[in-house]
Amino acid sequence: MAVSPVEVELKLLVEAIYHRYSYDFRDYSGASLKRRVLLSLRHIGCESVGALQRRILDDPQAFMELLQYLTIPVTEMFRDPGYYRALREHVVPVLRTYPSLKIWVAGCSTGEEVYSLAILLHEEGLLERSMLYATDINPRSLERAREGIFDMRHVRAYTLNYQQAGGTASFADYYTAAYDSVLLDRSLRSRVTFADHSLATDSVFSETHLISCRNVLIYFNKGLQNRALGLFHESLCRRGFLGLGSKETVEFSASAERFEPFVKPERIFRKL
Amino acid sequence: MNLPANAPRHIDAIAIGTSAGGLEALSVLVSGLEAGFRLPLLVVQHVPPSGPTQLAEIFQRKTGLRVKEADEKEPIEGGTLYFAPPGYHLLVEQDRTLSLSQDEPVHFSRPSIDVLFESAADAWGSAVAGVLLTGANEDGAAGLEAIHLAGGLTVVQDPAEAEIDTMPRAALQRFTPDHVLPLRRIAQLLRSLE
Repeated sequence: MAVSPVEVELKLLVEAIYHRYSYDFRDYSGASLKRRVLLSLRHIGCESVGALQRRILDDPQAFMELLQYLTIPVTEMFRDPGYYRALREHVVPVLRTYPSLKIWVAGCSTGEEVYSLAILLHEEGLLERSMLYATDINPRSLERAREGIFDMRHVRAYTLNYQQAGGTASFADYYTAAYDSVLLDRSLRSRVTFADHSLATDSVFSETHLISCRNVLIYFNKGLQNRALGLFHESLCRRGFLGLGSKETVEFSASAERFEPFVKPERIFRKL
Repeated sequence: MNLPANAPRHIDAIAIGTSAGGLEALSVLVSGLEAGFRLPLLVVQHVPPSGPTQLAEIFQRKTGLRVKEADEKEPIEGGTLYFAPPGYHLLVEQDRTLSLSQDEPVHFSRPSIDVLFESAADAWGSAVAGVLLTGANEDGAAGLEAIHLAGGLTVVQDPAEAEIDTMPRAALQRFTPDHVLPLRRIAQLLRSLE
């Protein structure tokens, strides 16, 4: 079947974004990228993907709006509680043996996952000797992550997740409520560095002990998945840990032979 | 490129969407399909967002098809029934592999039938059959229309027979599908696509 006009426009759009703004979406999975671009059209006020391309070339503000659609800010604290429980029960005992820890949360979005990890490390007495690097390509998401303010509506679900994840205190210990928002305890942020980083174009943080990168790889094609997993392998220290999303795996990738399953159902792998 | 309803057309895949009442309806559709059936079936059955479901295990006992939960970047194979995993949208890429996303729910649903149907229409054009069954919301109606507009074959369960008719009726309000049929007839139709 011939490539349809809109598919061509999408290819041109991601090329234009890459050359104009150095954001590389060329190796993202096409079907969901297309949905998100089409969703953005009405919001940005463009009739077609071609018009959107013209618009963002001239208007960095419009590109920033588009970027909010292209990145996926769907996250929650202690998402998939079983993952955090597995980290606590199986990974933390190994992490405890290191005098200092480097942890990389790749694709941290608005920060929910890195704060969840900070709480877990705090409860295990490891936060003070940890450095957490939380990276994302979206500057607005990083800004929100730095603020550490979340919508009150989510607190019930987060509290339940926290309990199911094996939290040893009360989730309410970690935030202050103000009107319809909650502000996370500032001390959780003290060991976190937020930084702009792209798995598509940037290189690695060195000698990390744990990398958590969840529901990011599903948006990449095979080639970019291989690149990202290669970066993770290079970044991890010997026998370091890699945690992925519930439908992601290193199996079937170019790095398959360089990791072993550690807690397989929770998609936690270990560098060989 | 809309074809007349009864024109023969070449179908490469079947996409099915359903919600409330869907498990029984799906059972009727797939129980007559044998191993070696040429086409793949991609299914979105609305399920609660968290926790594992045993959809694949349940249906493996009901059909000769291979049944599995879809994995991301998985090549699509004939004779296989793929369920969208709970909490993920299921999409078809241009290279006919499957992909998953955690984008926002559509019609409060993730997986969403619209998301599957629209990407299937993009990937297969007129060579996909879309089937919309019983359900209590409007997810799937726009997606089935997208399949219709791409020239694909569209089938809606007869609302008179559907356990909950909201979903079939939502589609019928948008456009006229190729077929409005009770389940038994849909099952026959699917077998004839072989």
